[in-house]
Amino acid sequence: MTYFNDRSNPDPFLLAAACVGLAAAGIGLALWQRHRNAEKSAFPTDAPHWTKERKSDRALFGKSLLVNRPREELFAAWNVRRFPEFMENVVAVEEAGDGVSRWTIKGPAGREVTLVNRITEKVPGESIYWQSTPDSDIANSGEVRFADAANGRGTYVSLILAYEPPGGTLGRLGAKLLQREPEVQARRDLHRFKQLMETGEVTSNASPSARSSENPTQPHI
Amino acid sequence: MRAVTWQGRHKISVETVPDPEIVNPRDAILRVTSTAICGSDLHLYDGYIPGMRAGDIVGHEFMGEVVETGAGSTLKKGQRVVVPFTISCGQCFFCERQQYSACDNSNPSETRDASELMMGHAMGAAFGYAHLTGGYAGGQAEYVRVPYSDVGPVVIPDGLPDDDVLFLSDILPTGWQAAVNADIEPGDTVAVWGCGPVGLFTIQSALLLGAGRVIAIDHYPTRLALARKYGAEVLDYTEVNVREALDEMTGGIGPDACIDCVGMESHGFALDNMLDHVKAKLYLGTERPHALRQAILACRKGGRLSIPGVYGGFADKFPLGQLMEKGLTVKSGQTHVQRYTGELLDMIRDGKFDTVSLISHHAPLEDAAEMYRHWHDEQNSYTKIVLKPGLQKGTIEAVQAMEHA
Ligand SMILES: NC(=O)c1ccc[n+]([C@@H]2O[C@H](COP(=O)([O-])OP(=O)(O)OC[C@H]3O[C@@H](n4cnc5c(N)ncnc54)[C@H](O)[C@@H]3O)[C@@H](O)[C@H]2O)c1
Ligand SMILES: [Zn+2]
Ligand SMILES: [Zn+2]
Repeated sequence: MTYFNDRSNPDPFLLAAACVGLAAAGIGLALWQRHRNAEKSAFPTDAPHWTKERKSDRALFGKSLLVNRPREELFAAWNVRRFPEFMENVVAVEEAGDGVSRWTIKGPAGREVTLVNRITEKVPGESIYWQSTPDSDIANSGEVRFADAANGRGTYVSLILAYEPPGGTLGRLGAKLLQREPEVQARRDLHRFKQLMETGEVTSNASPSARSSENPTQPHI
Repeated sequence: MRAVTWQGRHKISVETVPDPEIVNPRDAILRVTSTAICGSDLHLYDGYIPGMRAGDIVGHEFMGEVVETGAGSTLKKGQRVVVPFTISCGQCFFCERQQYSACDNSNPSETRDASELMMGHAMGAAFGYAHLTGGYAGGQAEYVRVPYSDVGPVVIPDGLPDDDVLFLSDILPTGWQAAVNADIEPGDTVAVWGCGPVGLFTIQSALLLGAGRVIAIDHYPTRLALARKYGAEVLDYTEVNVREALDEMTGGIGPDACIDCVGMESHGFALDNMLDHVKAKLYLGTERPHALRQAILACRKGGRLSIPGVYGGFADKFPLGQLMEKGLTVKSGQTHVQRYTGELLDMIRDGKFDTVSLISHHAPLEDAAEMYRHWHDEQNSYTKIVLKPGLQKGTIEAVQAMEHA
């Protein structure tokens, strides 16, 4: 039933070499394209601003998730008192009054980091903006937005964060290896918020294994 | 408790591990009474599925008795339940549309990244099936934790033996969805590649859904005999040219619908498959889609292609032009088990399916390593293995009815 004839029977090793070559050419092309894109003047696109190329000292992160719950309910649940329920690295949040809250979070290498953030604007049912105060360990600002999705699909929740990477780029790389990178955390926390809102619990794969380092009540990777 | 664990390629061992515990309100814990080995477990065994870790507890086809429930579970202690292999929350965008295997909550935040990178979007979750799909312990064990136990498990009425209903966990709904996805019209000719358990349920389902005839393709005599028993005409691909036979059996137009119940580890010595073998060995490829290629070329113009067989990544020499030029419709996916279990349980009770005669062996959980070896090496005589945590080590029961075939 062969539908490629015998003369096109390629040597698998040649094929492998060709694949590697193609991949290299592909990467080269992509880099060149990106370089060219940077040079040409941009046609205005409708993509969210955090998905575009950015030049800033601050690392910018943005993520939108569809959550199958009404907007008002989600807005009400986005409350510092509930953060430890779905923000895995948040150990505690204390409210200091006047929209200021003090967060204790797990940082890279077992350290604890304190964030002090002030809510700068709150549009009921729609958005919350915050900005760190000078005594925050990490300078950061952010917003969370809630927008109705069409056809009763629930709500688009968008979390946008900008922060001064701790210890510059190197600190960020280190934190990434340890999965404590703020944007990895934020992405996962946002997803845990979705789980909690939709299912009433934060999903966990906690279960036994034959690995002695693991415990059947703790999630594992 | 004792549990069947994956330790590496072709390495399965039964180990003593901690018991599972309730961690979330909607959880339940089962004491497993029956658990089957699946063709999907072979892909793990052969090392074709990325994201397994030594020590993982395997098994996604299981049933048992409820022994513990969380505050949010709707199950009661003592109930007998069959558990869908797909873990689904019931409340996300996908579950609401009954696309349960695409559930967007069951794959935990920590394990989503890898499949998101590989597939474009994070996959749903399954029991005992790699960390890409959640890293949950499986049910080839004495006990298992079942998340979202208010949504998935099917409560089994008294009087129905385990063997009658166990396959509601996977292969029966998988065969059913495979046939549903073929959009069968009355009188259609449906060709089914692979007469493993999935193919055998696909054959039964296609006939129940109105196919005029089903032509089944494999090379193991015992499996072909079962296919014939369930109502299919059969082709042994080592004896005939499959495409020529299919054309000649359909007046030259080809089958109206083709269903690939083989998946990523196609057998046979066709040239394309030999090349795929070499590439898989050299880690240059992950798939051996020989049967799928053949199905695309065999299918009639404007026909339908249904793919329940599992694939993991990028397939080489995929006949895309043929697919497009012939105007085929393709449907595929992991099974949305929860969507079908209700109607299928009713159909089992009405005697519409033969769910037991494909079972060739009952064996103790303790003998799992040996059973995986048989399942891998002797597919002719081992057509479906059911493991029993209760049985004494060494008491393997071959189901006699099979022996004549
Ligand atoms: N979509 C889902 O949700 C789902 C669920 C369960 C299983 N599966 C998949 O379905 C597939 C079949 O499962 P199974 O348990 O029946 O497995 P199996 O290994 O028992 O059966 C596969 C059969 O295909 C036959 N075969 C191999 N090469 C062939 C070829 N070239 N032409 C015709 N037949 C060929 C084999 O001889 C074997 O009998 C697997 O890939 C499995 O992972 C998918
Ligand atoms: Zn299965
Ligand atoms: Zn869901």
